[in-house]
Amino acid sequence: MSAALYRTVVLIKKELVAVVKDPRSRIVLFLPVLLQSLLFGYAATFDLNEVPYALLDQDRSAASARFVAQLDGSPVFERVVDLHNANQISDVIGTKRAILVVQIPDDFERNMLSGRGAVVQVITDGRNSNTAGVAASYVAAVVERFNAAWNREHDLPDAPLRVETRAWYNPTLETRWYMIPTLIAALTMLQTLMLAALSVAREREQGTFDQLLVTPLRPGEILVGKAIPPILIGITQATIVLLIARYWFGIPFQGSLVTLYSALLLFTTACVGIGLAVSAFSLTMQQAMLYSFVLLMPMMLLSGLASAIDNMPDALQYITLANPLRYAIEMVRRIYLEGAGFDVLVHQMWPLVVIAAITLPTASWLFRHRLT
Amino acid sequence: MAEPDTVLALEARGLTKRFARDDTVVFALDDITFQARRGALTALVGPDGAGKTTLLRLAACLMRADEGSIFVLGMDAATQRQAIQDRISYMPQRFGLYEDLSVQENLDLYADLHGVSHEQRAERYARLLEMTGLGPFRTRLAGKLSGGMKQKLGLACTLVRSPELLLLDEPTVGVDPLSRRELWEIVVDLVERDGLSVVVSTSYMDEAERCSHVVVLHEGRVLTRGAPDEIKQGARGHTFIATSTIPQTARALQAALIDTPEVVDAVPRGGKVRAVIREQRPIELPNVGFESVEAGLEDGLMMLLHRQASTRSASAAMLDLAPERRNAGPEIVIDVHDAVRKFGDFIAVNRTSFSVRRGEVFGLLGPNGAGKTTTFRMLCGLLPATSGKLHVAGVDLRKARAAARQNIGYVAQKFSLYGDLTIRENLEFFAGAYGLRNARKRERVEWALENFDLREHASDAAGTLPGGFQRRLAMAAALLHEPQILFLDEPTSGADPLARREFWRRITSLAEQGTTIVVTTHFMEEAEYCDRIMIQDAGTMLALGTPEEVRAQASAGGAVVDTMEDAFIAIVELARQKAERSGAAA
Repeated sequence: MSAALYRTVVLIKKELVAVVKDPRSRIVLFLPVLLQSLLFGYAATFDLNEVPYALLDQDRSAASARFVAQLDGSPVFERVVDLHNANQISDVIGTKRAILVVQIPDDFERNMLSGRGAVVQVITDGRNSNTAGVAASYVAAVVERFNAAWNREHDLPDAPLRVETRAWYNPTLETRWYMIPTLIAALTMLQTLMLAALSVAREREQGTFDQLLVTPLRPGEILVGKAIPPILIGITQATIVLLIARYWFGIPFQGSLVTLYSALLLFTTACVGIGLAVSAFSLTMQQAMLYSFVLLMPMMLLSGLASAIDNMPDALQYITLANPLRYAIEMVRRIYLEGAGFDVLVHQMWPLVVIAAITLPTASWLFRHRLT
Repeated sequence: MAEPDTVLALEARGLTKRFARDDTVVFALDDITFQARRGALTALVGPDGAGKTTLLRLAACLMRADEGSIFVLGMDAATQRQAIQDRISYMPQRFGLYEDLSVQENLDLYADLHGVSHEQRAERYARLLEMTGLGPFRTRLAGKLSGGMKQKLGLACTLVRSPELLLLDEPTVGVDPLSRRELWEIVVDLVERDGLSVVVSTSYMDEAERCSHVVVLHEGRVLTRGAPDEIKQGARGHTFIATSTIPQTARALQAALIDTPEVVDAVPRGGKVRAVIREQRPIELPNVGFESVEAGLEDGLMMLLHRQASTRSASAAMLDLAPERRNAGPEIVIDVHDAVRKFGDFIAVNRTSFSVRRGEVFGLLGPNGAGKTTTFRMLCGLLPATSGKLHVAGVDLRKARAAARQNIGYVAQKFSLYGDLTIRENLEFFAGAYGLRNARKRERVEWALENFDLREHASDAAGTLPGGFQRRLAMAAALLHEPQILFLDEPTSGADPLARREFWRRITSLAEQGTTIVVTTHFMEEAEYCDRIMIQDAGTMLALGTPEEVRAQASAGGAVVDTMEDAFIAIVELARQKAERSGAAA
């Protein structure tokens, strides 16, 4: 092991021991995540079992029957009514008899067989956006399975069936949050950033940072040593939320763990970069806390977690581009609910790399140049 | 219970105060009994953690005692809190001055808080400003005052109303010798002219010697109490000045003496060594002459402490370095040329040049704000110089890569290791940070535990240990990698006299083996342990040389110079007068 690597490992070990030693931080790091994910999970009232839906099958073909059978085969959906024409849709949604309507157009089978590709329309009740959003994404998952089987049988390269979702009463539903999976990113960010923000500031305040600076540890080594423990802790927290989402709330996980954890690794690294830069800039823990809160609030609000980014004024939309949580929420949602892979997430991943590439070297530079 | 005596300013009977720290109960005060007379000056003496502050806070009714009672001006603190607080004034160690307010505004604020009427104020202010010499600075912001002036302003704010009893908690900590002298003149004047009762805590023996009554606290108990003369009595006939008949530094002689079992205490003074000997006669040592002298308060105290802690011997503090470390490296290990450090417009260090040879003990002396901490931080590579050249261990530390830092050890003034980690974890972390591995790492950690008497507490969290352990741990951690140069910032501040002797014995032993030591201190008598010292004031270097040379420089100005403190005051005063003259001329 090279001298630099050895020193860095020594520092990482110390950081982890310090966190684990402190009974307060032990509790603070894991208990709130557990409670918050349960709390937010229940606060977002929804029941993903037996979602009442209405079917408007205008094709009534073998293909459409097969698709409907897949929907009905899922425990998520319960067909409450069959509609005969499009005029009935508003009545069904308006009276809340159904949360979503699946409309299969009359050219469905024709288009499917011709290889042109067909569209099913999903109309959701935008007033209950969370449930509707999650339910719509399950329709998408069903469609994906349907496509996979169809492609095998007909030897097609492209997915023939697409979903078009329309939210009534709330047309922006598509970008609204689907609560639980996004918590994997949101809750993790809170504490990862805070932990990193306090780490250097605490050492500065207690005078131990000087002691560290007079050792042969180089700024880069201190950076890595300070960054890795919060990243590990962040990923552990994310795992807790993931397990709660999957097993407590029983939300089926559609994507690949490798993709999810790669996305989380990039995301926590970007958060830790921001946290460490804040920390290296602060002279006291109080300053670090203050700066982190000043950052965390807008990061939460401008992430698409609570309100749709598309609905924000243009200027704010640009600001969200610097917000790692924006990318993480989109990635986690798409990986978790839609099973998206690396190929479609590239545009969410590279901005995180850029954020980390700016904040981490900044922090490292500030270690030695922020004078007291 | 007997009625409290109303002619006493302060009386403690079986006073006990406990604090819970984690799972253990710590006695801050354990069965304390003493009296302080009215109209007199009483000193509470003891090292950090002896219980001085707790005692004063109990007297000020800021805490309640667990057992026993404390009577203030004849009133029971347990029942008459408000009545007591109306008649006393308490100045805590860190007095709450508002740094963004001017001197006058601070005074007004405290007068308002204490409900001093406007008629009384005019007369009171005039007296206080004259007494403290703050008159010319009424409009200056408190934050812009020097450390000594801040303490004087704190005292003035404490005295905006006329109390019957004044409680002062270490009023001269971190204050330079000049301001210290002035503060004491004010306090003594208050007692002699106004008949004020004062109880003051201090860790300076010369301050305690000016009091009519001294209460010595040690680990929460009263070690002894009485007039300074009574306490000195114990060392009468035991105190000698030792002179070497062969060429030898005072430090070397001091080391030889303190390693002798018959010697209770030895400290270098004025190029010679002051020794307290167990028997009332000198010991037989080759090439050393003894001459009997008058015992001081510290000598008396050392006799008492020695009996208390007879098992703890400073000679256990000798350190052995690996032979290859000795006599290695270049002759000049620190070379500073025209170093300047500015913070904005403020010049913290002004064109300073000096060099330090290998194996030297080099002392940086100066009042707070003199620039010694800035100089020190530049030498350690924690702060870049604005201009000038600094070479440490043969390299420019500012640009030096990590490897260069391998050659230095650093002990900060405040405990700055990890409080949550155990002693062993701290040592292992720093050993690792300095690149020690496997067997070497284990060996050095064991060495540190053994030589610094830390083994017993190796598994305790460093933050929960008493100050003495923390200081030893910090020094051990800085020596794990056997640095060429050891930097120590105020290493003995707050330490008890025994711990200070032990510390200097270690330093002597390190220097003998070729480690260069750079140390800052505000204990002027500790300059006597140094081979050479530098005195700074207002960022400028005023004196540089051996303690003898500096004393000679001071007495050349016409001043009477007995101690290092006299020398320091003479040199700083002369420089300030010069600065004023040239300022007036310009």
